[in-house]
Amino acid sequence: MPNTEKQSILDHIRRIFTIRRLTKSGERGMSLISQLISQLLLLLVAATVIYPILWVVSMSFDPRDISRPTELRLNPFQGGMSLKAYADIIKQPTANPVSLGQLMFNSFRLATLTGLASIIVGVFASYAFSRLRFKGRQVLMIAVLAVLMLPSVAMLPALFVLLNKIQINIGHTTFNVRDSLLGVGFAVLSGLLPFAIWNMKGYLDTIPRELEEAALIDGCTPNSAFFRVTLPLSTPVLAVTFFLGFMSTWTEFTTSWLFLTNPKDFTLMMALYNMVGQYSDSTPWSHFAAMSIMIALPVTIVYLFVQRYFVAGLAIGGVKG
Amino acid sequence: MAQISLPQSREKAKKPIWRTLTPYLYLLPAFIVMGIITYYPMVYQVWMSFTDYGLKNLRWNAPLPNFVGLANYINIETDQLGLSYFSFWHVLGFDLFWTFSNVIIHVSLGILIAVILNQQGLWLKGIYRALYILPIVIPQIIVANIFRNMFDPDYGAINQGLAILGKSLLGLSPSLFHIHWIDQIDYPTSWIPLPLAYYALLITNVWLGWPFMTIVASGALQSIPKDLYEAAKIDGASGTQQFWRITFPLLRPAMVPAAVYGMVVTFNLFNLIYFLSGGGPLRETEILVTTAYDLINQQRLYGVAAAFCVYIFVILLILTLATNAVTRATESYDA
Repeated sequence: MPNTEKQSILDHIRRIFTIRRLTKSGERGMSLISQLISQLLLLLVAATVIYPILWVVSMSFDPRDISRPTELRLNPFQGGMSLKAYADIIKQPTANPVSLGQLMFNSFRLATLTGLASIIVGVFASYAFSRLRFKGRQVLMIAVLAVLMLPSVAMLPALFVLLNKIQINIGHTTFNVRDSLLGVGFAVLSGLLPFAIWNMKGYLDTIPRELEEAALIDGCTPNSAFFRVTLPLSTPVLAVTFFLGFMSTWTEFTTSWLFLTNPKDFTLMMALYNMVGQYSDSTPWSHFAAMSIMIALPVTIVYLFVQRYFVAGLAIGGVKG
Repeated sequence: MAQISLPQSREKAKKPIWRTLTPYLYLLPAFIVMGIITYYPMVYQVWMSFTDYGLKNLRWNAPLPNFVGLANYINIETDQLGLSYFSFWHVLGFDLFWTFSNVIIHVSLGILIAVILNQQGLWLKGIYRALYILPIVIPQIIVANIFRNMFDPDYGAINQGLAILGKSLLGLSPSLFHIHWIDQIDYPTSWIPLPLAYYALLITNVWLGWPFMTIVASGALQSIPKDLYEAAKIDGASGTQQFWRITFPLLRPAMVPAAVYGMVVTFNLFNLIYFLSGGGPLRETEILVTTAYDLINQQRLYGVAAAFCVYIFVILLILTLATNAVTRATESYDA
């Protein structure tokens, strides 16, 4: 009797074990027919995803040097490759007398400085919102959220007329702040800062409070606990927030298009806009394609490496704010 | 006793003052900057919206604009701005329809692809995952520009691709595929009052939007315990029943916030519409933010534009409160 009982228990355990093992290893897998149907559907989706990318890449390397693509060409290696389009746009992308280097320098300056400013100014506020309790916390958080909710275009009327009234004199030169990268930077920062505060607050919320409390017990003042414990721990989110700000400013269009009039100040997206649609009559599309790739490639590569840190986080925490 | 308690209470009184001041010191840098470049312009913009601020008031020594009361607000709402084909309610209606039609497609397509992609034993899973991330990581504004050229009637990749597909699969003449995606004024279907440009925008935004929903859905799918499916199988549930009774309800907590986020983004999707259709033809695909930009950039009606932006703010506030009431997302404010 005890022997058979033991046997049945062992059987039971074995059964549980085998089910577990089968589901974990996934060898049970899919039937061949559903495998084939799934592959077909996923290949179709993959084709739609890479279709525009292949088109643009092969257009930028098109060796025929023609103004418009008269036939569909998706293989960049077909009939040889040419870097002429890239060489042309590096010299001068549009009819405006500016080189790609100048445009990139303008966008880079703008993006780096606004991105840095947003995290440097914002991190203290996000720490206060995340860790400290004080009167008016709710109201001030809603004040930040209200701006976050607002699209950047909705602030442009006032920013345009206000910045337009500021003249700066340096030595012999006088310039209008609105008509300068400085003015664009202020306008961009106005939208970037609330985002940076909220994004960093979300991350600081996840750092265990006990770490700071331990530092306080060890004799740290609250301020040095922030600078020595919390701030170093939040380096990843500082980097990510900087990058997100950098990327949105690198491809910024609305403000710079509205504000800037001097071709020497123009940004990358302004030049690209001149190469598409209604303004594109004289621009060969291979130039447009090369320009799109030159703008997109640097940020796309970085994004590819860092996206997993926040695409999932956005789904979990970012939206609740 | 009093002698002992006095210094103690002083100690206590000192500490709170320092403690109550510290948070505000931390807030100071951000709120000084935001005060100057965000909150002051906001207040100024509300004042502007009650004036006839225009080009004549732009110079630094120009006279102040005239106070016009609610005229801007009334003129916007009753379409008396002197803009051809402008209708405030059409813009708002189209914006809402644009948002909902997009998000519904993004979410359902995202879930469908996630379910296919997360089957056990699927081949090439890693390659698909790597490819499907591309629409997220390429800057959206560049994608909008590329699709603008792709929808070109003569040289665009969409018409050329359709012509090749049509010829090889159905034997259709390539000359059929000179579709004017962007500027055709006639509706493609007489019973749906939407121009072809809407469909071009929809195609582009679906290309852009579904991968994010797939990532969110994949994360949620992976957290569903496999035992549930085992149990359902033993109870004799079919694949469809398993989807609607297990997968779908358990995906919902993840998908609702993602959908709300998608709605906010799509409602204000300036870049795509401005670069692809420019709001055309005849302002039919104009949304709120593109109209506001047109009022500033083309019309130079700063006072009217300010009033329009106040409308945008109020509409977004109502939408946010409404969606928050649905998702109860506000609870996390206290977290």
